[in-house]
Amino acid sequence: MRSFLYIIMFNAVMGLAYWAYQENVHTQRELANVQDLHESIGKARNRLAILRAEWAYQNRPRRLQDLADLNYENLQLLPLRADHFGRVDEVGFPPDSFPVFDLGGLEVIEVAQRGGIDD
Amino acid sequence: MTDIPLRTPLRPLGRILSARAKGEDTNRIERENINKRQEGEIEQTRVRAQGRLLVLGVVFICLYFAIALRVALLSASEPTEPRSQQAGASIVAQRADIVDRRGRILATNMDTHSLYVETTHLVDPKGTAQALSKVFLDLDAKRLYSAFTGKRKFLWIKRKMSPEQMQAAHDIGDPGLRFGPREMRLYPNGRLAAHVLGGASFGREGVHAAEVVGVAGIEKTFDKRLRDPGQSGQPLELSLDLSVQAAIEQVLYGGMKLLNAKGAAAVLMEVHTGELVSLVSLPDFDPNNRPNLPTKGQAADSPLFNRAVQGVYELGSTFKIFAVAQAMELGLVAPETVVDIRGPIRWGKYRISDFHNYGKELSVEDIIIKSSNIGTARIATMIGAERQENFLGSLGFLEPIYLEMVEASGAKPLVPRHWSELSTMTISYGHGLSATPLHLATGYATIANGGIKVMPTLLHKGDPKEANRVLSENVAAASLNMLRRVVTEGTASMGEVNGYGVAGKTGTADKPGPEGNYEKEKVIATFASIFPAYDPKYVLVVSFDEAEDRTGSEPRRTAGWTAVPVTAEIISRIAPLLGLAPQIEKPFRNDITQASNN
Repeated sequence: MRSFLYIIMFNAVMGLAYWAYQENVHTQRELANVQDLHESIGKARNRLAILRAEWAYQNRPRRLQDLADLNYENLQLLPLRADHFGRVDEVGFPPDSFPVFDLGGLEVIEVAQRGGIDD
Repeated sequence: MTDIPLRTPLRPLGRILSARAKGEDTNRIERENINKRQEGEIEQTRVRAQGRLLVLGVVFICLYFAIALRVALLSASEPTEPRSQQAGASIVAQRADIVDRRGRILATNMDTHSLYVETTHLVDPKGTAQALSKVFLDLDAKRLYSAFTGKRKFLWIKRKMSPEQMQAAHDIGDPGLRFGPREMRLYPNGRLAAHVLGGASFGREGVHAAEVVGVAGIEKTFDKRLRDPGQSGQPLELSLDLSVQAAIEQVLYGGMKLLNAKGAAAVLMEVHTGELVSLVSLPDFDPNNRPNLPTKGQAADSPLFNRAVQGVYELGSTFKIFAVAQAMELGLVAPETVVDIRGPIRWGKYRISDFHNYGKELSVEDIIIKSSNIGTARIATMIGAERQENFLGSLGFLEPIYLEMVEASGAKPLVPRHWSELSTMTISYGHGLSATPLHLATGYATIANGGIKVMPTLLHKGDPKEANRVLSENVAAASLNMLRRVVTEGTASMGEVNGYGVAGKTGTADKPGPEGNYEKEKVIATFASIFPAYDPKYVLVVSFDEAEDRTGSEPRRTAGWTAVPVTAEIISRIAPLLGLAPQIEKPFRNDITQASNN
């Protein structure tokens, strides 16, 4: 009876030791993982900052002005002037109801209801 | 069970009986036994206390050993950072960005590298020196070589460099060449708003890092805020508008070149909040490569000099409206009151005269519209020196203006030491008191917003500061009406911009020469304007240094020919950018057709 109890206790201790070891390994792995994530967040932030700086640099007013001047023939971009303001009644809104076309027996496929990509 | 000692009775029967038989005192036996028993208890207690002391001693020794072991372990092991801490925010320990009012970047950081040399590790000093001088064209191979072979073990080569340069230096392949990470301040818009931003340079420097320190402008004023790690994620939001600033700089630069001016300044302020939407001073510089302070010549000629904030000038007739507004506020005159303008006024050796002869008398309104010095001087004598000084003080003309730029505190207006009656007269038309264009803009903002003093600011806060009324609403409205008529029928007729109702006042002041007398050929031409007059939102002050229009038969230097047309061009460019739609009584399109039909 007593030896049986000893065996059970011994096995329990071994089992718990194994469990504790496992937990430790997992924790270490997760910590390493978190560290990697922090590093990649840091790198991503850095990249983002550089991209922002580059965006600001590419969009600096002087460069945009020069580009507008260079491409004047194609784009005809001018500085915003007072006479560029319009009134709301000058905007061409779509009519309230669309005219109905007789498609003459053509099969109508509803495209808009389906998304472009199957998901 | 068997170990419990037999308790000795106090009066053992055998001894008592034998003692009685001998006729001895039995109480003595009892006392003897009591004493014995007590002695036994004392012995027991002593043994117990000794045992406790022993246990305590053992525990202490164990603790000491544990601590000693821990200390030994700590001192022997490699240091590592705790890995389980939450370190999410600490990665962005960078200097905070500076953005404009719409969040567009004005200043940010970039990671780059510095290059240094450890001469003891150099394998081929001569070849390295030659190769380096090819990568960095400003370095001299001979001087590098003598530095490499000299006594010094450590040399900085470049504080910061581009990735291409770094790769090229890396390709040289000498183990003595070392790179250190550097964080560099970058102003992506180049010269734009250079004076406001100021610039940054390196403070304390080490191999692995260097402090970035603001050296001027906003960068210096808010150095602590920008470096605070707790706020490095939130950019500092300025009141400037990037596109408006760019447009004003462009137009002002064109105007400066056309008018052969030495310099120019412009201040655009929101009249209700005092927020500066644009602050321009030309010539300017590139804050990415900030020039050194001038060692010779006048400080005011350096591109670092901020004319709008640091330039203390006599601002001429733009001051007249303050004298008239105060006289109206005090009830001395009304816009229709007629004032004698026969002149010139003589005062000792000085005489005050007008640019043209405007006749015998003018109404107060016409004095502003035609810009009569004599008329304004007469009104100023009605006010008196003390009241004038107090009023100009309440508008902020006597003290350096507070602005979030270190440069502003040094620009103290020049006021007469003794405020005589002559000073009163000359100051009323803008001579004898020198202030910055920013002072002037602040004064005009008070007229434009209905008489409330505003504090200029470069930060975008959105809520106006505490209101301090300086002028009554009626007087401010009457003054604004006069300023509007200066543009429609007076000296600033070129300042009209269709649909935006510009109001303003010109000012042309002779520049004081080196000996203190006025130079006839050199003027400061200023136009202080308010738009739109029907609902004032912005004050724009444009000032040119030594501008002259040479298109006519003789050079024209008055502000009406120089600052005013440039201001009109600026307003027509920036008003749409500021989101102001033009307003005309008639529908806008009809007006266009009419004009084209005529």
